[in-house]
Amino acid sequence: MIEARELTKKYGEKTAVDGVTFTVRPGIVTGFLGPNGAGKSTTMRMIVGLDAPTSGSVTVNGKSYAAHASPLHEVGVLLEARAVHTGRSAESHLLAMAATAGISRRRVQEVIELVGLQDVARKRVGAFSLGMGQRLGIAAALLGDPQTIMLDEPVNGLDPEGVRWVRHLLRGLAEEGRTVFVSSHLMSEMALTADHLIVVGRGRLIRDMSVSDFISSASSESVRVRSPQATELRELLLGKGATVSSSARNELDVVGLSTDEIGTTAAAAGLTLHELSPVQASLEEAFMELTGEAVEYRSHTAEESAA
Amino acid sequence: MSTVAEPRQQPTTGPGLRIAQPVNFVRTVSSEWIKFRTLRSSWLVLVAAIVGVIVIGQLIGYNTGKSFSHLAPEDAAPSGVMQGYYLGQLLIGVLGVLFVTGEYATGMIRSTATAVPRRLPVLGAKALVFGLVAVVTMVPTCIVTFLGAMAFRSHFGHGVSLGDAGNLRVVIGTGIYLALIGLLGGAIGWIVRNTAGGISTLIGLILVVPVLFEVVPGTWAKSISKFFPSNAGSSFVSTVHASNTLTPWTGLVVMVAWVVAAFVLAGVLLKRRDV
Repeated sequence: MIEARELTKKYGEKTAVDGVTFTVRPGIVTGFLGPNGAGKSTTMRMIVGLDAPTSGSVTVNGKSYAAHASPLHEVGVLLEARAVHTGRSAESHLLAMAATAGISRRRVQEVIELVGLQDVARKRVGAFSLGMGQRLGIAAALLGDPQTIMLDEPVNGLDPEGVRWVRHLLRGLAEEGRTVFVSSHLMSEMALTADHLIVVGRGRLIRDMSVSDFISSASSESVRVRSPQATELRELLLGKGATVSSSARNELDVVGLSTDEIGTTAAAAGLTLHELSPVQASLEEAFMELTGEAVEYRSHTAEESAA
Repeated sequence: MSTVAEPRQQPTTGPGLRIAQPVNFVRTVSSEWIKFRTLRSSWLVLVAAIVGVIVIGQLIGYNTGKSFSHLAPEDAAPSGVMQGYYLGQLLIGVLGVLFVTGEYATGMIRSTATAVPRRLPVLGAKALVFGLVAVVTMVPTCIVTFLGAMAFRSHFGHGVSLGDAGNLRVVIGTGIYLALIGLLGGAIGWIVRNTAGGISTLIGLILVVPVLFEVVPGTWAKSISKFFPSNAGSSFVSTVHASNTLTPWTGLVVMVAWVVAAFVLAGVLLKRRDV
């Protein structure tokens, strides 16, 4: 359980996280979604006490992270930035982490096998690929058998098999009743992994809702119609209260009417239809639309920058 | 990924199985010891310091024995053969800086600070591990250096014994001095959090700034200069007490005060700053 209350972080003039309040509950996978630079990593750093909030507070399992006797047992964390000495082997890194909490050598071997690093565990981390580094980070996060697992962009650098494995792992951890909080800038990834979404943009909370609610609320459905008599059909549909736009000759994009209603209308007027198909906006588009206002570094067109 | 085996799907921990214990200072020390000994660079620099101090000592022992009658008093004195510590202090100082800034350079500090979020135990544990390693290696190094160098001098009839007045203080003191410089490097590492900056700051403080004060005309600069860590330490490890320097034991106290002050500042900053 993670509870953030009015959490704010300012770096000088710049506000990275702006009064964010949310609760991450156990037993489900909660996705932390937002474009790059939205404040996800800063929020996660505040949760484990690496950064002190400018104002507001955040607790993990009821206490501030640093107040726990055995923090690795409370929260397992994978940070987006690398957090391992490159001159040390994966095994030595995990042993050093484990020693702070009296975690056994057996448990270290166990997490090494769990993430599939047993063949390279004695190699220097500096020689690891991005994917192997992510696996080591996940091993470190699981080391203390934590109640809460927090992973910042865990699938970065993983191959498709690794991505599938992380998804599986997160679901399994949530099913065991743990709190799983995982960030991503990819809506499609979150749709497959998460049950609940916390969406941020420009440091502010934009949405806090279940994934299914998010999908139905965010994606607008439209219908694509092709007809040789598009102009006449257009008038009829507008008369029924639809919003109609056209991207090509004889082609209409209709919002506000179902395929049934459009088909019936066309038949009643004796108009020919060559195509009548529902179009669902992709989740990625829905997400872009939602955070469009909040993207910090958008690309400007020449016209905009001239203005 | 050909090098990575098929991962298993589920953690093998049973419910109610307590895997982690509370963090305490002893566990933090054991973690820091693992960190120190599992870096090849730790041992390379340490061995370089040991070999450097001993080899230079033997060369000085041979050369000063051979031309003993022409020597200045401070070179003829027993502490003259310990001057390999000039090199030794750079190596051990750099090692002290690296033990801390290596964590910042690689991001390891984020793992460290999440494992021990109160942070100060890490500062203490690192200092303890490094201080013990430095004393345990540098004191014997200095004893070996002295005995070997004096064997060379004895060959020319100018050797003195480790047991003679003041020699034990000079020899063991040089080992302690080196350990203190290493600790000072560690404290500077915490303050500066950057390898290049940490090493420059340390070298500036122990080598450059004292020399600058030496060349300023007037006596005020010289009376400040003797309180710099390397000058205060030098008073402690010299047989001959030069004018306008601190007495040996005052020198040691001043040097320890520098290290303590640097660690207090390091601790305050470590608590206050974001990692």
